[in-house]
Amino acid sequence: MREFGAFVKKEFFHILRDKRTMLIVLVMPVVLIILFGFALSTEVRNVNIGILAPSPDPMVRQIADKLDASEYFTVTQWLNTPDDIHAAMKADEVQMVVAFGQNFSGGLLSPDGSQLQMVVDASDANMAQSYTSYASGIIAAYGSEMTAMGQDTGILSQVQFLYNPQMKSAYNFVPGIMGLIMMLICAMMTSISIVREKEMGTMEVLLVSPVRPIYIVVSKMVPYFVLSCINLATILLLSVFVLGVPVAGSLAALWLVSLIYIIANLSLGLLISTMAQQQVIALMFSGLLLMMPTMLLSGMVFPIESMPWPLRGISCILPARWYVAAVRKLMIQGLPMIYAWKEIVILASMAVVLIGTSLKKLNNRLE
Amino acid sequence: MPAVKVENISKSYGKTVALDGVSFEVEQGELFGIIGPDGAGKTSLFRILATLILADEGTVTVEGFDVVKDYKELRKRIGYMPGRFSLYQDLSVEENLQFFAAVFGTTIRENYHLVGDIYKFLVPFRKRKAGKLSGGMKQKLALCCALIHKPDILYLDEPTTGVDPVSRKEFWEMLKKLQRDGITIIVSTPYMDEANMCDRIALIKGGRFIGIETPENIRRSFSVPLWAVRSGQMHRLLNDVRAFSGVKNCYAFGETHHFTTGEGFDRDKLWSYLEGLGHTSLWLEPAEATIEDCYMQLAKM
Repeated sequence: MREFGAFVKKEFFHILRDKRTMLIVLVMPVVLIILFGFALSTEVRNVNIGILAPSPDPMVRQIADKLDASEYFTVTQWLNTPDDIHAAMKADEVQMVVAFGQNFSGGLLSPDGSQLQMVVDASDANMAQSYTSYASGIIAAYGSEMTAMGQDTGILSQVQFLYNPQMKSAYNFVPGIMGLIMMLICAMMTSISIVREKEMGTMEVLLVSPVRPIYIVVSKMVPYFVLSCINLATILLLSVFVLGVPVAGSLAALWLVSLIYIIANLSLGLLISTMAQQQVIALMFSGLLLMMPTMLLSGMVFPIESMPWPLRGISCILPARWYVAAVRKLMIQGLPMIYAWKEIVILASMAVVLIGTSLKKLNNRLE
Repeated sequence: MPAVKVENISKSYGKTVALDGVSFEVEQGELFGIIGPDGAGKTSLFRILATLILADEGTVTVEGFDVVKDYKELRKRIGYMPGRFSLYQDLSVEENLQFFAAVFGTTIRENYHLVGDIYKFLVPFRKRKAGKLSGGMKQKLALCCALIHKPDILYLDEPTTGVDPVSRKEFWEMLKKLQRDGITIIVSTPYMDEANMCDRIALIKGGRFIGIETPENIRRSFSVPLWAVRSGQMHRLLNDVRAFSGVKNCYAFGETHHFTTGEGFDRDKLWSYLEGLGHTSLWLEPAEATIEDCYMQLAKM
């Protein structure tokens, strides 16, 4: 046990004395959160729109005012003919045009209803989707207002955004960033630090000592485990107090899932270190084979449902995918832990398999 | 019981043969040297002795323990200093030693008497990071780390490579002292001049032992006449001497070239032959065989 303590102490010395690593480890989560939270926001705000109304009647004006009054849109142009739409789009003056049919107010009272079209610049498909759903929401709200005032306006669809009523993108990426950062710190840093000892030749001496190899590697994991917990706390604090994303569900359940995920990644790091002999190789392994798929396929950026089946298949073997899904349920939706049982079971089995494989591959000798 | 008994071990990495049927014994308390150039198989041999890799063939027992079956028992008794051992650069001298002491279940205080003579050189720098030490100091610290747990047998893989001559001499004096304390030491070196400090040496080449003897006997076994030659045109001299009839083997040796001769060699003829080729400030004398000469001769066979 004293041997183990000496190992852990030594590992902390390595980390604490390497200023660059410390900086990366502690600052990276903060930078990522702030970057995603403010700079890379996919939220709709002050989008310039045009209104095409061949016959501007009071109802058209009212809808236009509603759109303009919202923080999402600014009405900058009134267009007269459909041809103007293309001109305005090409000049990049508007991102969306709401086109009203002939005699809009009158039509509402007729059995056929009246027509309203949204023309949107879909070169950024995701944003285009957001614009139309925001605008539909506003128009729908107007419609129900009219109905409430006793004016029959025909059927208007109604959209309600649950769990994230303001459609904040932070709700989407906070779980993703949690998954990414903990994977980087646990899998990448652990594997590199073990492989470094091989490269420096110190592993030879440690192996010749009576200390069992399992203690050597477990002692490597302890500091990174602690660091991951610090990072998890930082991310949660930032997301609650800076981004305004609350922890809707049980904090304890969230921590439990996170701990399972951390352990799975630590064993993944150990597994990589048993296969790589050089730090560069370990870095490539964790960078290319873990980080890229995690960023692209875990559902943190692109929805898994819309991927072709081979990519969906790959995403299933990524621990991050299940972790992100579980965090969404527990943190954003605020569901009780029982609803995330599938993700928890999968993550836990992944952890067990990874620990088992890496311990089996862990060698008492150099080769 | 010999401290180390190696029987016919072989080791290959793919097609590269690192060790090819090596057998030897090391007596208790002996200072045993393994002499040979880089790539001769020294490091592979040490790793097998240190239970770090397995030989493809053959058996090794150290202190009566088999390196394959009883590796756990054996690891308590071995002190090992690998060739590229670099300590933890970001830990101080004291922290390094403390760590290795703890790893082997002991403390600096408990075994200070073992390393005290060496560690006293390091005491003034004990707060300094190991990465900032000079080469000689690093080796001393590495030796302390390998000794702190009172091993029965000490393996040192090229401990003096990259160390200045003064520190090298000090280092060998330390080894002599450790030997007097009863520790069996196996040390490898590419420096032939260090071989004389060993009780017995093994000359290794291409994974095979080409001779195991006391340094004195190895020198004595040198059976052919040996000459040293020097001129103002050293570079050309090597090929000119090689071309002369009766010269068997000529190689650079420090500031001179050494060559061995066979039947029909005549000193005066060589002298006039070399003068005829335009060599100036010529010098030609019989030479005493050193370990290096023996190595060159044995390696030729």
